[in-house]
Amino acid sequence: MSLASTVLKKAFVSKDVKEAHNRITKEVGSFGYDAWGYSKDGAEIGLGVFKKLYDHYFRVETEGLENIPTKGRVLIIANHSGQLPLDGALIAIAVATNPHGPRAPRIMIERFFPTVPFVGNLLNMGGAVIGDPVNCIRMLRRDECVVVFPEGIRGSGKLFKKRYKLQRFGFGFMHIAMETDTPIVPVGVVGCEETMPSLANVKPLAKMLGLPYVPVTIPVPLPSKVYLRFGKPLDFSGVVKTEKQVIENVETVKDAIRGLIDEGLSRKQGWFH
Amino acid sequence: MPKAKKTETVDRQSVETVQEKKRPQVLVTGAAGVLAQETINRLSQKKYDVVAIDFRRAVQIGDDIPSYKVDFLKRGFEDIFRQHKFDAVIHLGRVGTDIGGSHFRHNANVRGTQKLFDLCVKYEVSQVIVLSSYFVYGASAYNPALLDEDTPLKASDLSLNLIDTVELDNLSQIYMYKYRRVRMKILRPCNIAGPGVRNNIGRLLSRKVVPVLWGFNPVMQFLHVSDMADAIVKACGKPNIYGIFNVAPNDWAPYKEVLRRCDIIGVPMVSIPDALPMWIARMAGWEAFPSYLVNYFKYPVIVDGSRFAKAFNFSPRRSLEEIFLHYREMKTRRWV
Repeated sequence: MSLASTVLKKAFVSKDVKEAHNRITKEVGSFGYDAWGYSKDGAEIGLGVFKKLYDHYFRVETEGLENIPTKGRVLIIANHSGQLPLDGALIAIAVATNPHGPRAPRIMIERFFPTVPFVGNLLNMGGAVIGDPVNCIRMLRRDECVVVFPEGIRGSGKLFKKRYKLQRFGFGFMHIAMETDTPIVPVGVVGCEETMPSLANVKPLAKMLGLPYVPVTIPVPLPSKVYLRFGKPLDFSGVVKTEKQVIENVETVKDAIRGLIDEGLSRKQGWFH
Repeated sequence: MPKAKKTETVDRQSVETVQEKKRPQVLVTGAAGVLAQETINRLSQKKYDVVAIDFRRAVQIGDDIPSYKVDFLKRGFEDIFRQHKFDAVIHLGRVGTDIGGSHFRHNANVRGTQKLFDLCVKYEVSQVIVLSSYFVYGASAYNPALLDEDTPLKASDLSLNLIDTVELDNLSQIYMYKYRRVRMKILRPCNIAGPGVRNNIGRLLSRKVVPVLWGFNPVMQFLHVSDMADAIVKACGKPNIYGIFNVAPNDWAPYKEVLRRCDIIGVPMVSIPDALPMWIARMAGWEAFPSYLVNYFKYPVIVDGSRFAKAFNFSPRRSLEEIFLHYREMKTRRWV
């Protein structure tokens, strides 16, 4: 372990976080890394840093964590929002500290991230992986817990006026779930829409910088309270016979997520609570 | 009558014994390299008759191992096939990107290999093992991890310097499908390192100071040269299994950690825009960190070696730590 890791661990990793992290059974190589760049030490430090934000800044309230299988392959499918992938980080913390059985969450991220210095590596160390179907299938075949946001940048980059309106879902996750016999746990995320409200997207600047979007928003996320509601696992295992069947299954997941968002919104009492 | 039966049995046994004693003849190219020499040593111990060739020089390996300096493109090369009845050819003699220009490399690696394969077909060699490289997949930000053998080869798309490496691999595949009688095994190993290895990664790990691309730390795979030699010998031992195989351990280490374990100081180097580190490396003329390999120090290229492991019952015996220990000790010795 490097000196930086030791210092960061001392500064951010509490006893509870360490205990939860130690309970995660994740296969790694002799240096604590896996094939996708997940680092045991890196994930522990990331968990320590974000757990403080999770508990004290976003005051995350979870429900239904018992629905996440404690072992075996699983796809966690959630709505996306908030310009920055904070929803992904908060779901990851909830999964990694799940009292019913913590797991190492593998979040599928935009293809853009690995090209950004430091960001790509840090995300990989925490367990995030480029959102390529091949990666997703290979991780599920290794019985990992994979988190996917099928809305992609359509969800995270949407303007504030479209908050809590599910954008078009990609169908790739459903094909993968059916082909690999993987249960889907739907998640409704409420609160992240208010963290970085975007009024406009400066498309020409985004194109010039090679970014997915450049929002007109505040520079720092606001401390909105976040509600994460995990639904019952949905089983779609079986051979894909028609694309129509896939679309219908995706709509079933969307309906489940809509229901979970509505439940979360019913608990929300204003912008920050 | 029972007596006659016994005699017949004895005779058959003696015939079988004679047949068993026939040692398979193996041609190994690139004999001057450390991997070839390790392979030749193992083959000799496993009762193969080995013939060694290299385009650089006739290597002195042992009294019982004929060694030739040959140019694949010259007519005299065929004489070696006429003199020996090869059962297998192990083609390790690939010209590195630091030797000669692109025309020379193309002639040696692609046209020379084609000549070798043509002779293998003509003289009915039953199996050919070709050393390719994981470089053929190309280093891209969009690569998924655990690339399998069906992944398209993108290296030439990203760097013209690797075009002959990809062509050699493609050529081998053409012969594999065109001439089924020649059982072709195309091996694509990850970074081969260890004592005596003079490839790019071997030279890099032998240094005390090397560049590190600012903000990038890709995970990498390493295989000890002895393990790679074992892998080749295992592949040679099963002539009926053929195809394309990645050869890599189920273990990974990030570049900066590798440098730390090898007692190397990493000097940060500008990493964006993409062309800038390549331009700097080209201008500086770093042999161990050439411009066309810059992306391999930026983005991970992780291959899945499970197909080879399963087919040939292979698992590396030397750990990553053991590989890095060699380079660490090498630096300590230099100070003494």
